Amino acid sequence: MWIYQKKLEFPVNITTPDLRMARALMAQYGGPDSELSAGCRYLTQRFSMPDDRVRATLNDIGTEELSHWEMIGTMIHQSMRNATLAEIEAAGLLGYYTMHDHGVFPSDPNGVPFTASYIQCTGDPITDINEDLAAEQKARTTYEHLMNLTDCEQYLAPLRFLREREIVHYQRFGECLNILNELFPNGDQNRVRR
Amino acid sequence: MTKSELLTKISEIQFVCVELNLYIDTHPDDEDALNDYYHYSKMLRSLIETYEQQYGPLLGFGHSATQTGSWVCSKWPWE
Repeated sequence: MWIYQKKLEFPVNITTPDLRMARALMAQYGGPDSELSAGCRYLTQRFSMPDDRVRATLNDIGTEELSHWEMIGTMIHQSMRNATLAEIEAAGLLGYYTMHDHGVFPSDPNGVPFTASYIQCTGDPITDINEDLAAEQKARTTYEHLMNLTDCEQYLAPLRFLREREIVHYQRFGECLNILNELFPNGDQNRVRR
Repeated sequence: MTKSELLTKISEIQFVCVELNLYIDTHPDDEDALNDYYHYSKMLRSLIETYEQQYGPLLGFGHSATQTGSWVCSKWPWE
């Protein structure tokens, strides 16, 4: 189970909202490489992971991802909460407004809704960790794109923090891959069972 | 410390614990990291206790034993 703590992992306080950024940030709220995808992916891959250390890593990084999802949701909410219809239209969010108003809905910046196929779980421990390594790199790239879209420190500070977390997670998953390669030196982690 | 100073301090020490926790996940035999984790965990618990006595509960589901403040009415982090 999980215990909620009534605070963010890193502070978010947007007082000069930018609706363009609200839209762009949806990549990390409901896109294929979003914090939601990452959290669900690691937390569901845990169950079939055969090593204690890798299970713990998936559990704990998965949990941290949910706190990052909350940070992104907070950034989107604080960017949209006082937006007028004219501002919403100028940011290309009329379709979003029609369906979700000022609600925070997990879709990507183009309005494509979140789907379970983003989660990925093959049950092969080495394949799954390779998936996670790629996911961390894709999220880092996305954070760099987001940081290119703004000069505002209120957006940049949390984005910088989140980008750095992708790098640390990639490091830990790299160690997990080494652990699994030692555990299955003959590549028989996915042996056919008849 | 003011509420916001104390919350910042809690976030800093908690972040140290998150980092150490993830490191220990893949290095469970690293004595130095385990000692650091123990040290900062105690510091975190004491900071959270101080915060909760003065300003109200930080954790749900029975993990905050305080009669100060309100879980329901205190601000949510996105407000």
